[in-house]
Amino acid sequence: MKVASASKTNHTALLSKKQGIGYYLQRDWQLYLLVLFPLAFVIVFKYLPMTGLVIAFKDYKIARGFWGSEWVGFQIFQEIFSKPDFARAVRNTLLLNILDLCFSFTMPIVLAILLNEVKSVRFKRVNQTLLYLPHFLSWVIIGAIGYQLLSEGSGVVNNLIELMGGNRIPFLQEDTHWLISYLAIGVWQSMGWGTIIYLAAMSGINPEMYEAATVDGAGRWRKVWNITVPSIRATIVTLLIMNLGKVMEGSFERIFALQNKATTEFTTTIPVLVYRWGIESGNFSRATALGLFQSVIGIILVITADRVAKKLGEDGIL
Amino acid sequence: MRASTGNPAAPRKGRLDIWELLIRLVLIIASLACLLPFLHVVSKSLSSDSFVIANKVFLWPEGITIEAYKKIFADASILRSLYISVIVTVLFTILGMVLTICAAYPLSRTQFKGRRVITFIFLFTMYFSGGIIPDYMNINNLGLMDTIWSLVLPLSFSAFNLLIMKTSLTSSIPVSLEESARIDGAGHFRILISIVLPLSKPIMATLALFYAVGRWNAYQDALFYIKHETDLRPLQLKLYYLVIQASESFQLEATQVSLSNPEVLKASVVVFATLPILCVYPFVQKYFVQGVMLGAVKE
Repeated sequence: MKVASASKTNHTALLSKKQGIGYYLQRDWQLYLLVLFPLAFVIVFKYLPMTGLVIAFKDYKIARGFWGSEWVGFQIFQEIFSKPDFARAVRNTLLLNILDLCFSFTMPIVLAILLNEVKSVRFKRVNQTLLYLPHFLSWVIIGAIGYQLLSEGSGVVNNLIELMGGNRIPFLQEDTHWLISYLAIGVWQSMGWGTIIYLAAMSGINPEMYEAATVDGAGRWRKVWNITVPSIRATIVTLLIMNLGKVMEGSFERIFALQNKATTEFTTTIPVLVYRWGIESGNFSRATALGLFQSVIGIILVITADRVAKKLGEDGIL
Repeated sequence: MRASTGNPAAPRKGRLDIWELLIRLVLIIASLACLLPFLHVVSKSLSSDSFVIANKVFLWPEGITIEAYKKIFADASILRSLYISVIVTVLFTILGMVLTICAAYPLSRTQFKGRRVITFIFLFTMYFSGGIIPDYMNINNLGLMDTIWSLVLPLSFSAFNLLIMKTSLTSSIPVSLEESARIDGAGHFRILISIVLPLSKPIMATLALFYAVGRWNAYQDALFYIKHETDLRPLQLKLYYLVIQASESFQLEATQVSLSNPEVLKASVVVFATLPILCVYPFVQKYFVQGVMLGAVKE
């Protein structure tokens, strides 16, 4: 096929000879020229920084420079593993992300099933428009709205609670309440947007299946369980794998927009600690080592989840 | 209930059973939960201080006034950060689209030798990156700290968007069309500009929106890279310092004694920063939905 198309476009090519790279460069130079631009970009802004990872194995001193600093092997890793902040960051990262997985991951599935049950197209469309909205807001704005609504002194939710005779609740100003608010705001932000992918999968279901099930006497929830849910199972597994890979990550912007001085117990996650150690305190080696630790665990998690999914007979992502 | 929906010939619409009502109720509550917070913040921003201090504003402005908005428009630093955000978003989107097209078109051509290797080089960045600190040091070494280029350049290549563009080009451009152009003597540049791009307008609109909204909303990199040049803070970072950290006062407050409640000002700044997104949202929503679905195709 390659040879055939080559001979069509370039009459001087010799069919019998195996084509060298020079031949393709000459024939498709325009394509290579095009790809050169993004390639250079990726090398400068994605691959060049990766060389910076070596300082995780060096005692980086700004005065001695990148290459002049001394190699120390895994000493920096040993150092960070013994820090109490490190243990807390790992615990918080896992805690926040696993709880997120329990709520923010399941809510879109529930909503998508409910939306799929509604027959009125217009009702569905209006609801979707409203539900997608929070996804388009930045975390700063969500954080600001969160404080406007939930702060203990002047938040409207507390005003309502007081009006109804209850006591004011420190939604964002006490550790455990903060954790719950953090999760709730996450659900709020992502629940609508997350339905799209499931609704797309559901739209592929043949309506005759529902009709046949109805004829056989299946009720609404029976049909949901036996027809709708199986149609999105593969999507659920795929997304679950991708989310498991992020269990060591979590959004820096989300935490930073919602944190405050009163609630420090759960806000130190790995990305936040990387920021504090590296950019705030200037300890680049330690922060880089922590970031690398996170990436490596993340990759191991994705690969493991993918293997398990394949063992269970699902498609996987890799 | 079962009997009436049992006949496939009878249309099911118009029938409301108790479950349907309950489902609709749940969905309405969820939708209101997404809408009401905005209504409240907008109401607050338009209310007069005394009502806000007395905690009397809920979903409707009390003692309507636009005093707070006047202050925002009189604050040069907020307007400047809006300007920075617009400039950065426009440059970022243009650059992002050029990079995406330059990478996606060659990689979607089957005769392009080495496309597997190059595709791998691009997509590997989706799964592994240097991380916060190596990126930071790289920006520092390149001398981009405290310039708008630190916000325009590093993130402008997105492997995810490349994947969507590539999938779209492979599936939507008929090979025969391209072949006939080639027989007529058109080169790759010609084919790209006169055939492929005009046919890809919808996907290009979608990706441009992905880039623009993503750039508009992000503040993490600005927090890291814009440290000393406070004039270069984009709107979201400005908002972060104003509202979340509350470490920065409004410029006007320094010069004249302010009677305004900071809560009202905060609310109006939030509305001010949300408005650009809310204005385009109804028009762009469908493009985003299409983008998400295209992105899902690769799974």
